[in-house]
Amino acid sequence: MQQLDALTREARALAMGALPRSADEAEVGRQLQICNACRYCEGYCAVFPAMTRRLEFGKADIHYLANLCHNCGACLHACQYAPPHEFAVNVPQAMARVRLATYADYAWPPALRGLYKRNGLTVVLAVAGGLALFLLLAIARKGSLWHDPLAGNFYQVFPHNLMVAMFAPIFLFAVLALGLGVRRFWKDVSPADHAFDAAGAAIAEATRDGLRLKYLDGGHGQGCNESDDEFTLSRRRFHHFTFYGFMLCFAATCVATLYHYLFRLPAPYPLTSVPVLLGTAGGIGLVIGPAGLLWLNLHRAPLQGDPAQKPMDRGFIVLLLLISLTGLALLAWRNTGGMALLLALHLGVVMALFLTLPYGKFAHGVFRGAALLKWAIEKRQPSKLRLSED
Amino acid sequence: MIAVDVLVIGGGNAALCAALTAREAGASVLLLESSPREWRGGNSQHTRNVRCMHEAPQNVLVDAYPEEEYWQDLLKVTGGITNETLARLAIRESSRFRDWMRRHGVHFQAPLSGTLHLARTNAFFMGGGKALVNAYFRSAAELGVAIRYDSPVEWLELRDGRFVAAHIAGKDGAERIEARACVVASGGFESNREWLREAWGQVDGEWVADNFLIRGTRFNTGVLLKFLIDAGADTISDPTQAHMVAIDARAPLYDGGICTRIDCVSLGVVVNRNARRFDDEGEDFWPKRYAIWGRLVAQQPGQLAYSIIDAKAIGRFMPPVFPGVKTDSLPELARQLGLDEGAFLRTIEGYNAACRVGTFDHAVLDDCHTVGVVPPKTHWAMPIDTPPFFAYALRPGITFTYLGMKVNEQAAVHFGGRPSPNLFAAGEIMAGNVLGKGYTAGVGMTIGTAFGRIAGAQAAAAVLRGEQRAAA
Repeated sequence: MQQLDALTREARALAMGALPRSADEAEVGRQLQICNACRYCEGYCAVFPAMTRRLEFGKADIHYLANLCHNCGACLHACQYAPPHEFAVNVPQAMARVRLATYADYAWPPALRGLYKRNGLTVVLAVAGGLALFLLLAIARKGSLWHDPLAGNFYQVFPHNLMVAMFAPIFLFAVLALGLGVRRFWKDVSPADHAFDAAGAAIAEATRDGLRLKYLDGGHGQGCNESDDEFTLSRRRFHHFTFYGFMLCFAATCVATLYHYLFRLPAPYPLTSVPVLLGTAGGIGLVIGPAGLLWLNLHRAPLQGDPAQKPMDRGFIVLLLLISLTGLALLAWRNTGGMALLLALHLGVVMALFLTLPYGKFAHGVFRGAALLKWAIEKRQPSKLRLSED
Repeated sequence: MIAVDVLVIGGGNAALCAALTAREAGASVLLLESSPREWRGGNSQHTRNVRCMHEAPQNVLVDAYPEEEYWQDLLKVTGGITNETLARLAIRESSRFRDWMRRHGVHFQAPLSGTLHLARTNAFFMGGGKALVNAYFRSAAELGVAIRYDSPVEWLELRDGRFVAAHIAGKDGAERIEARACVVASGGFESNREWLREAWGQVDGEWVADNFLIRGTRFNTGVLLKFLIDAGADTISDPTQAHMVAIDARAPLYDGGICTRIDCVSLGVVVNRNARRFDDEGEDFWPKRYAIWGRLVAQQPGQLAYSIIDAKAIGRFMPPVFPGVKTDSLPELARQLGLDEGAFLRTIEGYNAACRVGTFDHAVLDDCHTVGVVPPKTHWAMPIDTPPFFAYALRPGITFTYLGMKVNEQAAVHFGGRPSPNLFAAGEIMAGNVLGKGYTAGVGMTIGTAFGRIAGAQAAAAVLRGEQRAAA
């Protein structure tokens, strides 16, 4: 059985290698051929050490390496072959183009992969739809968006079960879609990874590298590049604000769920309660982080990254900002007659985020996590090459 | 009114080291880079490490590399064409300049994959030489060094061996820039095709140097070098001496840099245009031989050679940037390379028959060698018999030339045996003092960094001397 499994994986690997590469994939292959003969950037991140374990770059290798790339920009600014050199090596840009293809190629269901190609439109429609839905629902339930103060009790506008019925399926669908996508990605990029002893250590390392954003530290701890060749830790820090802000908000929801079902303590909760404290801290992080990331995105060196994807990046960042701003506003004015309006706005943008989770920038975290795990496993295996200048 | 204390001409490692050091000593500094900003840094953008003396393990450097061993290595590669005083000065400087480099933003890292043989002797720059150049330019700007790009210096105004002013032909026309002292760090002349032609002459009616590729910058045209020679400055070395490597014949004419190297020479055989072998491919480890093969290929007809390997070599050498010519048979390989098929097969068959295969080990000087073939292959001799076969065309690739300014321990340019009081030289334009011929990895950066710092300090000191004289 195990043998059959190995054979199947090998066949798949062969198929992947033989698959024609798209123009963007071939461009990454062309550049990596140059990089592999140079290797000056090995110290910056995991992409180059992973590259040196290969002599040829098939479709799967290219998708793996593209998602391992964090677009830190160090290799572009250090590159002796960067434009205007005729080799025109720009690894961060070439990788970014392939990453978009990864997200779209592995989107589930496949019919929806086009949403990546028109991501600006996707996010706009999701936001408009989410807002319209909740605004109409609020009017339908309360007759008006303005009401007598309700002491923060938003279940009077949208009952608990209604919200669960709306959000739970969409959230679970997002988890399922992303999970199926990344599963297929994993099978393609890791066709021949044999059972392996240090799996626990590899998982721990990949988790640590992801949570610490190790590969935004430049390899020397001074950070990555933004507007020029100077190193800065600002992107890493703003991303931490964003990610951990998001996670605190998520934790607030989880704690509130526990309160609701386990302790029979329905919302609203006082300002000093655990869910509100978590949510407030998370909300503040989700203001500082995305605001900083947006500023950096607007000032990034023009050659660094794929300009065509900036709408997707900025759309996602602004969506996160809208969520945190409406959430904090809701908290601030939850005792006023404007609560229903603020609640509808907040839930509308949250719904837009949930709807677009598997079809937008959010996917980068999932595929990068998989690539980091692949690297953590791969680096523990002996290289098949015995390259030497000697 | 003199606008600036120290004028630094050049934008590579040596120039930047001079500018930073002079500025640290309190002088006002203007740096003139002839290239546009995106091509700044000269050949330094293609470097990757600096050879450093050290008595004990020193962060990225393992074990020890004492002064005497470094000196002996230099003596060996130069065949004694070196100046011991200046060489030892640079070597000793290399044991202490890395902290200074770090302060100016250079990051060091353990050797790159495939370069473990340099772990003891060479400190690698994270990101390579362009990252180093970027760091120095940032640091220089922060310290208040004025930097101008697109500013090629055409000639210098000299008075009795004293620097007076530089004349540039910038984008906005000719300009005269006065300074109290000057450091010339404008590189060699390797991208001056005409000068190379003249130096290498003709063989069989063909200009030898027309078949050379330039691994480095297109901006080292040697304008200032020629001017100074004509102005009577004392010179060192000769115009055919250079760091010359055998590189992929398909490399770009300029700036091919590191990735154009072909590292499979010692794993196979090398034949010339006449399909004949011409040197021992397995004499020593490739890193000790790569700098010799450039000249060897330059001496072949048409300055062309072909590195031939078979399937056994794949996965044992650094991947080349361009794919090789790949065939399933040797006659087909000869045809695709345009070589005389009969001569090629005779060469390979003769070599194959001469192979005495013992225990192949590419990591040591193994016992696989040839018997009864000329030239012999003394190590790693394996028959070329396992398809597919691969061929890589080789041409000489010049990294930098050694003809330059004769200097003393103060890096002063000399006129008629007398040191100039305020004109100094650093980097490739004076590397020939230490490196009369041959090459060993990272020594160019040792010379550039050591003499860049010396020239910068001396230029700042010359400014101070001038001020004291004026006050007295």
